[in-house]
Amino acid sequence: MSECPANLKANPVLSSWLRLDDQPRVGVRSGKVELGQGATTALAMIAATELGLELDQIDIMVADTAHGPDEGYTAGSFSIEHGGAAMRWAAAQLRELAAQAAAHVLGTTPDQLVVEAGQFRRQGHNEGVSYWQLRDRINLDVSALDLPAPVLHGGTIDDGHLQRPDLVGKLSGAGFIQDMMFPDLLHGRVLRPDHPQDRLLACDEAAVKGIEGVVAVVRDGHFAGVVAQTDETALAALAVLRKSAQWQRQTELPPDDGLNGWMDQATPLSTCFLDEPQPETATHTHQARYSRPFIAHASIGPACAVAHWHDGQLQVWSHSQGIYPLRRQLARTFGLDAESVNVTHAHGAGCYGHNGADDVALDAALLARAVKAPVMCLWTRADELSWSPFGAAMRMELSAGLDGAGQIVAWNHAVWSPTHLARPGFGDGVNLLAAGDLAQPHPRPPLADAPRPQGGGDRNAVPLYDVGARKITHHLLPQGPLRSSAMRALGAHGNVFAIESFMDELAMLAGRDPLAFRLAHLSEPRARGVIGAVAKAAQWDAQDQGGEGHGRGLGFARYKNLGAYCAVVAEVEVAETVRLVKVTAAVDAGEVIHRDGLMNQIEGGIIQAASWTLKEAAGWTQDGFKTRSWADYPILNFSEIPAIEIVLLAPEGAASLGGGECAAGPVAAAIGNAIAHALGVRVRDMPLTPERITQAIHA
Amino acid sequence: MVTTQATGPDAQSRHLTINGTAVNLSVDGDTPLLSVLRERMDLKGSRIGCTEGYCGACTVLVDGKPVQSCNTPVWSVAGKTVTTIEGADRHPVLAGVQKVFVELQAAQCGYCTNGIMMTLAGLLAQSPRPDRAHILAHLDERHLCRCGVHVRVLKAIDRLLAQPEGASA
Repeated sequence: MSECPANLKANPVLSSWLRLDDQPRVGVRSGKVELGQGATTALAMIAATELGLELDQIDIMVADTAHGPDEGYTAGSFSIEHGGAAMRWAAAQLRELAAQAAAHVLGTTPDQLVVEAGQFRRQGHNEGVSYWQLRDRINLDVSALDLPAPVLHGGTIDDGHLQRPDLVGKLSGAGFIQDMMFPDLLHGRVLRPDHPQDRLLACDEAAVKGIEGVVAVVRDGHFAGVVAQTDETALAALAVLRKSAQWQRQTELPPDDGLNGWMDQATPLSTCFLDEPQPETATHTHQARYSRPFIAHASIGPACAVAHWHDGQLQVWSHSQGIYPLRRQLARTFGLDAESVNVTHAHGAGCYGHNGADDVALDAALLARAVKAPVMCLWTRADELSWSPFGAAMRMELSAGLDGAGQIVAWNHAVWSPTHLARPGFGDGVNLLAAGDLAQPHPRPPLADAPRPQGGGDRNAVPLYDVGARKITHHLLPQGPLRSSAMRALGAHGNVFAIESFMDELAMLAGRDPLAFRLAHLSEPRARGVIGAVAKAAQWDAQDQGGEGHGRGLGFARYKNLGAYCAVVAEVEVAETVRLVKVTAAVDAGEVIHRDGLMNQIEGGIIQAASWTLKEAAGWTQDGFKTRSWADYPILNFSEIPAIEIVLLAPEGAASLGGGECAAGPVAAAIGNAIAHALGVRVRDMPLTPERITQAIHA
Repeated sequence: MVTTQATGPDAQSRHLTINGTAVNLSVDGDTPLLSVLRERMDLKGSRIGCTEGYCGACTVLVDGKPVQSCNTPVWSVAGKTVTTIEGADRHPVLAGVQKVFVELQAAQCGYCTNGIMMTLAGLLAQSPRPDRAHILAHLDERHLCRCGVHVRVLKAIDRLLAQPEGASA
């Protein structure tokens, strides 16, 4: 790499990334945050590698808008690819600044020096000088753009056994935003309706004010909440407030038929972004329609934030994925300069995209404005499961033409979906839940989705296969019955499920083995590499006819057509229920920084995608949300977990590609294909429940 | 003896032992154990998850048995012994579970993990030790994990079951 990475270019002052702490430690601060995915550990490894330090010499500093680099959102599997590239370059520049200073002290030139555990030495000499001895000679308040391009050591210090430093604390005590303590901390709760279209008209504030321990009742337009000495009191006060609440329904919801029938009545914003002239050589055509429902983030920890106003300044602690965009949105909501708001990241429970983290930050700030102390606001379980944005429902219609030789010559993919990207900070407006409820409401941004090439609803809508003439259309729907935004893999889960199911259907039409059929339409070497590797690991047998309830299926995608390559083979046994026996995956994410961290992400991605695909659907009734408790939203449990085998491929010299989301689509498709292989009938609507399978058999 | 203040007119005094320390708690009606552990004892390792007994992130040991502290009123554990993850140094089986979980990095966000470790410690300390199927059934009923670290939890269980009964850290 010879050009300064974009994230460093945008935040060029080295001192926002790196700090020389007391010997023998160096502080690193990334704009990419820890979501439980282990990103900060991998970023620390990158810094340690370039600085010539051990991992335990690195202090991972908290991301904070007052100090750190603005790297936007921690999303899209870009933490290592983008955040890591910037960190590597910045750390290498610090090493070179130190090497120059060390050379001066040691009376030599930088190229004669080696660095080990932070000590610069001339080769063959014991005498050395450390980063910390050179601290006064190194100026980190300098722009990376004013320094020469550094020599990047590259690679990683990971020996396969390095562990995440943050886990030790979490697995023995406190570690999350919900655990923060301040001497004068107050506790807040907010009142939200059970129906997505209800708005608060009135509630008995006086009754709540009289409760001992209640410090404030906050009411602003349709927003209401309580602040109390303890969370227990806040919850009790919330119950009283809820009992007295009067709601106004803005609109009724369309019926939920479980198959996205509501989409028929919605008017899409349609874009045909790829339209190649269709040939007339097709002798067979085939078409099919697939769907997935809304899916809940369903974090185990309820959304939480701490806010504190002092001297007109707002300090917020948040588990947001984007502390800078959140800062700007909070400033806009309160009519402040961005500099008057500081957002500090604090660890939250696993986050798989845009959940309630940002919304609760505004809730906390609104509550804290009424008091002089910091306020921790916590959502209820019911609100976490229903007011966090959902992964968007999708409908995919595919058609294709085969020529006489059984090759695909034309491919048509149309996807209907509400937005997959309504994060705060995208578009003009405020996308924080309470902002629209205030007496002086802030309008939401106009309808939009994640732009191509990454895409939102159209993420991975373009097949990587050589399919002749392609026509790809994205029908962006207005907000559906449930609020939707980014959830792990965005549209890739639905689109890859559809494409890869359809490939199996076409292979069957052509009388070909699904694996051979794919390879006959795939020229990219790394794509072929993962498919070949998974076939070998799973001992793919082209002659296996399946049936009698036992089946195996294949799924493949390159995430976003830009990220990691992933091929999956799923084995199922179908009787009264679907038992996922084994999932084998081959992943090429380029150079691996932290092997165990990547494996953990892929394993988790496989299990989460299996859970979405087999079990999960967020629905509604005329009374509102259907997901108010875990009882309403089952996820995969321990005895349903398949055996998992993962093969990592890392071609020599290939740069790191994010791997956290790559498994979602291929897993869904592999399961669907395995069920079809086992039963001879196909279920095209997720979740692939026993009821739907039974229906398909009897259809 | 740690004594905490009354919180209301109906407050009653309850004695229990938490991680080896005798505690005198003055609590209202059905105040859940989790609130007291987190808010008054500053023991934050037991997590706030669903507060209705589904997710198990709040699990602690009461007289050695795994109990979900979010819907367990303090009065129901009066006179009993409570162990949280912070008490691992006094509970050799728990310390052993914790060690294996860290070795295997059997967590992603780690929010559900302490509850799972408490349940495993409670089950593995029983004599005779329950088998794998019994443990899985127990986890199915009382614990959820959203990051998908189940495979590593299962590996941890297998490693713990391979250790001789009564083995500790």
